Amino acid sequence: MRRALWILAVLLSHWRRHPMQLATLLIGLIAATALWSGVQAINQQARNAYDRAAAMFGGVRTPMLVAPDAATFSQDLFVALSRAGWPVSPVVEGRVQINGRSFRLLGIEPVTLPAEVGNAPRLGASDLRAFVAPPGQTLVAPETLADLDATEGAAPQISSGARLPPLHAQPQLVPDVLVVDIGVAQRLLGKQGQLSRLLIGKAKGKPGPLASVVGDRLQRVEPGAETELERLTDSFHLNLTAFGLLSFFVGLFIVNSAVGLAFEQRLPMLRTLRACGASARMLNTVLVIELVVLALAAGLVGLVCGYVIAAALLPDVAASLRGLYGAQIPGQLSLRGEWWLAGIGISIVGALIAAATSLVKAVRLPLLATAQPQAWQQAQRRWLVLQGAAALAVFAIALLLLRYGDSLIAGFAVLAALMLGAALFLPALLEIILLVGQRRAKGPLALWFWADSRQQLSGLSLALMALLLALAVNVGVSTMVETFSRTFITWLNGRLAADVYISAPDNAKAVAIRSWLRERSEVQAILSGGRAETQLEGQPVELLGLPDHALYRERWPLLEAAPRAWTQLVPGNAAFVSEQLSRRLGLRVGDVIEIPAPGGSWVLDIAGIYADYGNPKAQLAVNVAALIRRFPQTPQTRIGLIVPRDNIPGLITAVQKQFALDDRSVADQATVKAESIRIFNRTFAVTGALNAFTLGVAGIALLTSLLTLANSRLPQLAPLWAIGLTRSRLAAIELTKTLAVALFTALLALPLGLIVAWCLIAIVNVKAFGWRLPFHVFPLQLVELVAVALLASLLAALLPVARLARMQPADLVKVFANER
Amino acid sequence: MALSRRAFAQGYAGLGETADGFAPVTPGKVFSFPADHGPHPDFRIEWWYLTANLVDARGAACGLQWTLFRQATEAGPQREGWANQQLWMGHAAVTRADTHRFNELFARGGVGQAGVDAKPFAAWIDDWEMKGADSTDDRMLAPLTLKASSTDFNYALTLQADRPVVLQGDAGFSRKSERGQASYYYSQPFFRARGSLVIDDKTVDVSGQAWMDREWSSQPLDPDQTGWDWLSLHLSSGDKLMLYRLRQKDGKDDPFGNWILPDGRAQQIFAADIQMTPKGWAEVAGRKLPVEWQIAIPSRSFTITCKPLNPAAWMGTGFSYWEGPISFSGSHDGVGYLELTGY
Amino acid sequence: MLSIQNLSKSFSSAGEPVHVLRGVDLDVRAGERVALTGESGSGKSTLLHLIAGLDGADGGKIMLESLEVTALPDAGRAALRRDRLGLVFQQFNLIPSLSVEDNLSFQARIAGRHDAAWHGELIERLGLGKLLRRYPEQLSGGQQQRVAIGRALAIKPSLLLADEPTGNLDEATADDVLALTRDLVARTGCGFLMVTHSLRLAATLDRHVTLHAGRIT
Repeated sequence: MRRALWILAVLLSHWRRHPMQLATLLIGLIAATALWSGVQAINQQARNAYDRAAAMFGGVRTPMLVAPDAATFSQDLFVALSRAGWPVSPVVEGRVQINGRSFRLLGIEPVTLPAEVGNAPRLGASDLRAFVAPPGQTLVAPETLADLDATEGAAPQISSGARLPPLHAQPQLVPDVLVVDIGVAQRLLGKQGQLSRLLIGKAKGKPGPLASVVGDRLQRVEPGAETELERLTDSFHLNLTAFGLLSFFVGLFIVNSAVGLAFEQRLPMLRTLRACGASARMLNTVLVIELVVLALAAGLVGLVCGYVIAAALLPDVAASLRGLYGAQIPGQLSLRGEWWLAGIGISIVGALIAAATSLVKAVRLPLLATAQPQAWQQAQRRWLVLQGAAALAVFAIALLLLRYGDSLIAGFAVLAALMLGAALFLPALLEIILLVGQRRAKGPLALWFWADSRQQLSGLSLALMALLLALAVNVGVSTMVETFSRTFITWLNGRLAADVYISAPDNAKAVAIRSWLRERSEVQAILSGGRAETQLEGQPVELLGLPDHALYRERWPLLEAAPRAWTQLVPGNAAFVSEQLSRRLGLRVGDVIEIPAPGGSWVLDIAGIYADYGNPKAQLAVNVAALIRRFPQTPQTRIGLIVPRDNIPGLITAVQKQFALDDRSVADQATVKAESIRIFNRTFAVTGALNAFTLGVAGIALLTSLLTLANSRLPQLAPLWAIGLTRSRLAAIELTKTLAVALFTALLALPLGLIVAWCLIAIVNVKAFGWRLPFHVFPLQLVELVAVALLASLLAALLPVARLARMQPADLVKVFANER
Repeated sequence: MALSRRAFAQGYAGLGETADGFAPVTPGKVFSFPADHGPHPDFRIEWWYLTANLVDARGAACGLQWTLFRQATEAGPQREGWANQQLWMGHAAVTRADTHRFNELFARGGVGQAGVDAKPFAAWIDDWEMKGADSTDDRMLAPLTLKASSTDFNYALTLQADRPVVLQGDAGFSRKSERGQASYYYSQPFFRARGSLVIDDKTVDVSGQAWMDREWSSQPLDPDQTGWDWLSLHLSSGDKLMLYRLRQKDGKDDPFGNWILPDGRAQQIFAADIQMTPKGWAEVAGRKLPVEWQIAIPSRSFTITCKPLNPAAWMGTGFSYWEGPISFSGSHDGVGYLELTGY
Repeated sequence: MLSIQNLSKSFSSAGEPVHVLRGVDLDVRAGERVALTGESGSGKSTLLHLIAGLDGADGGKIMLESLEVTALPDAGRAALRRDRLGLVFQQFNLIPSLSVEDNLSFQARIAGRHDAAWHGELIERLGLGKLLRRYPEQLSGGQQQRVAIGRALAIKPSLLLADEPTGNLDEATADDVLALTRDLVARTGCGFLMVTHSLRLAATLDRHVTLHAGRIT
């Protein structure tokens, strides 16, 4: 034991003499662990939130019985099933509006609620009475309490005029949901004696067949392994994970080069240790222990950094998820112990992977330094050929995936394979470029410039690969974001047809507002909209009512349309479908669909397909008058106005004053647009931040590689100095070489980045969000990125080069005096 | 669900609860059937409690329990629908020498998932039910059919009787403490039971005797009382004996009994005349329970020793207790049921 | 104490076997100081490596005290070096990241027999007292070799093996170093086998053997 400690101390002494190397190693490990763990923390947080939402009072985690047309059904069926021995618990659900905001109202029956219903909130023993007995309770998430600007015990009024039971905060609940006793919910929703679904608990006996009790009035829905939210948000998390992985590998690149260099430098030390009697097994064990100790320390720091990153990114992530999918994620980070363990684990595993080659070398270390003056060119060539072959194999996989894959994972796999292949191929490509340069070089110095760059290649290649990946991802992601941004704004301009939007608290108020507006001379048109919810092929679908107005015909953007599409819409037997819905169900213009409506099913011809960016729900657009005929319950509280621009502020003030409406209920187009764009921008803030992190890590990789190379390059540079090149000249040459190689890499990253962008837009986006964007290239952006890459390389190269320029002649002489 | 179990447990244990707003139990009530077979929602708690001592075709003894409890969360006029303040709980169990199975159900009143009708008599929770027919005699509360099912057992019995129900205590007024706690209490101890019992999908025909207790109250126990030991005994002579002992915190207990002659006449037995002595203990569910008893009523030259059919007859329900069939011998012999609560 | 019998070793070079040692016999007694000379490539270093267990022999036997070095497994040979052998090379082979003091005590500590008194005596006799905090790269060649010798002797080895210990030193320094080494070897009473091609230095030891054509002559 003491012996091992002594050897460990000796090994560690190396780092004391080479603190920069140690810093490199630690920075690599920290960066790898931090970004990976940060992303994991965010994903975990989100998954917990989905689970919470899914499990809540028997979401999709519990099998249930519903009416085939998704309508409500009589409570008698519940009693009949119970009396037939079915372990069922009734739920009624609907939406209520409070101060113009819509909430999901869930009525549950706590006594029969199956105990195995996920992580449903547990009511305390004494709470049952409080929850069930009048006045009852409204259980809400603390976030919702804040949204309502209410305190516990308050009883807010809903749009029908009724009051909710007193509010009671329940931390386990998801936001925007109000949970009340079933009887209360039925009354508030006007669904007396009606139920939305029955949750099925664990069987207590052997109930008879369903059909013998309820006929075909109810059908069983098995629990989904994956929730709708999880499916929708998969892409987003995959995206984050991909970034996390990328950073992790870039970090490992750094670790690999640092460990590799340290090992090379410590070879004589290892030999001496062996010569002094340290056994091979002991030495290898101690080497591994040393690495694990370092990984442990770096892992801890990395975890703290990861926590900070996650906490910093979480609000944006939450905003993105809410904007994109309507998923509610708490903005407060809460982490489980597993996360910390996994983070430390990944740090250690990463360090061991990164150090694997060095460790294997140490195990096989010959005791005597055998003279092996194998030409470096020979070794390098073999390595390049091998890596090139691997790259080709990876490219082949990418092609196969592109051709036969049809999932989001496959899309990401194509991306990963493309980038890995390109990274593997990079050294070979650079070698070819440098070789061509060498062949064309005139003059001895130029020849040396190219030849020496080639020799440096093996040392720099990992860093350059990291740079290539980071740049390509950067190009890809920024191209996608920019494309999306432009498409989105154009789309938004067409979509926001009205000049002023009013959201009335209830129907009666809306009627009053309309009649008041009719008297105003500046109002050129009053456009009524409406929204209802129904189902199409078992999936929830939002119905959007569009007014029949010339403005809509002119400006509302359609991706595809049948002839006279808008005219077809008016009688109420045609609909437009959102792009997401058309992709999900394979609907085309000219198809016919049938949706359940209160009065019987509604048959609709598809007359057009429209883009509906950022909407988590599948949507159908129909004529608003037809919508209200078919769905009489549709709240008619949304009003759009056409008003001359100059009159907008005056009208808004007048409406607000007249009907005591707040800013959220009355807004002009510019405000709505600004809000939409703000949400949009937040959506990609995370991507941008991770992008920057990755580029930063790649920069560190480059810097550390150059720093470590700088030492080993003295023997190469000293002879040049000896034959009369000044140190500053040498430094300049060194800098030029680094920049040249970085420039080549950056230029190679551009086409790769565009391919990545294409993959994101044409494969990943379509699978993830259900929409496809037109592909644009933004040359200025690309130039900018190349400049940034060169700047990063310049900064990275500056330190070692400056050291070279200032180096004492004595140090250079040593190379000769102390021939290695 | 955990909350309802605990709420029930508190209610049925009745510890520390006051009877605010609920109807008081006072002596002198005149019972009226079939009305009193039905629920008394003005009182806090109530039960329909049936135990049966049976044998199968090969003579092997077994027992079964069917219980429906009612508890009101609030006093006052009964509200309609889900707003109704009654909570219902069902317990069912079967006991053989080698196994004891039980299950429980919960339901809210007001919507028909659970309840009791007086005429024609029906008590049910989910698919468990105790049901009369047109031919059911109101005074005898017979004939009835009984069924309950669970994942690993189920049973169906018909219950016949040829004698009226028996009022316990003082004409149905059963005093539970010196401080006035009391309940209304009557029984039908003369049921003859026949039917089938299924355990692990194996059906056996069974027959034997059954005993139903009907009891309602607003405050059954004094806060000082920690639980009770209760027995219902079918003597082979045809006599029936109900005995219980209310345990107090100070260690005193308060035994009470009722001797029911084969013709249905009942005679109260008072504390001074009853000796109930635990003789054997079993370790069940982490508790030490007196499952064997020596019981003596000197005035009637009655001295017996009771042994359980299965000492592990623990009802591990939300409100947990021991309830199982017993047999006894001594000056008299026969079978019965023992209930131990508050351990 | 060291007894070598019929030791043989060959390498292959460009596919051709080269028989470096063809039956070497050599004995070194405790306290005896022996110089081994020979032309370049005669196998001097190879012989030294075999004795130190740094490499395995093809045939023959090396006995160090009661231990048969040639029969030991790798771990046993490592223990042998650690506990009984002092090694000094032409390249000094100090550990660059350790200070002089740590380099000196390093093998003794690994062997688990650090002797503070002996450590102090070595420092004094080797004249390293003022250099203890320095690192190898800050020392002259002679100083480095003195540290290497100190490290080798710190365990009080049975046998000190030196491979051209003065090859990188000027004549005056070489004489100094060798004189010191002789003194210290005498002080510890260990055997000393030094490979050198300096006949002048070889003459200063007790015995002088020459390796020629794979045999000791």
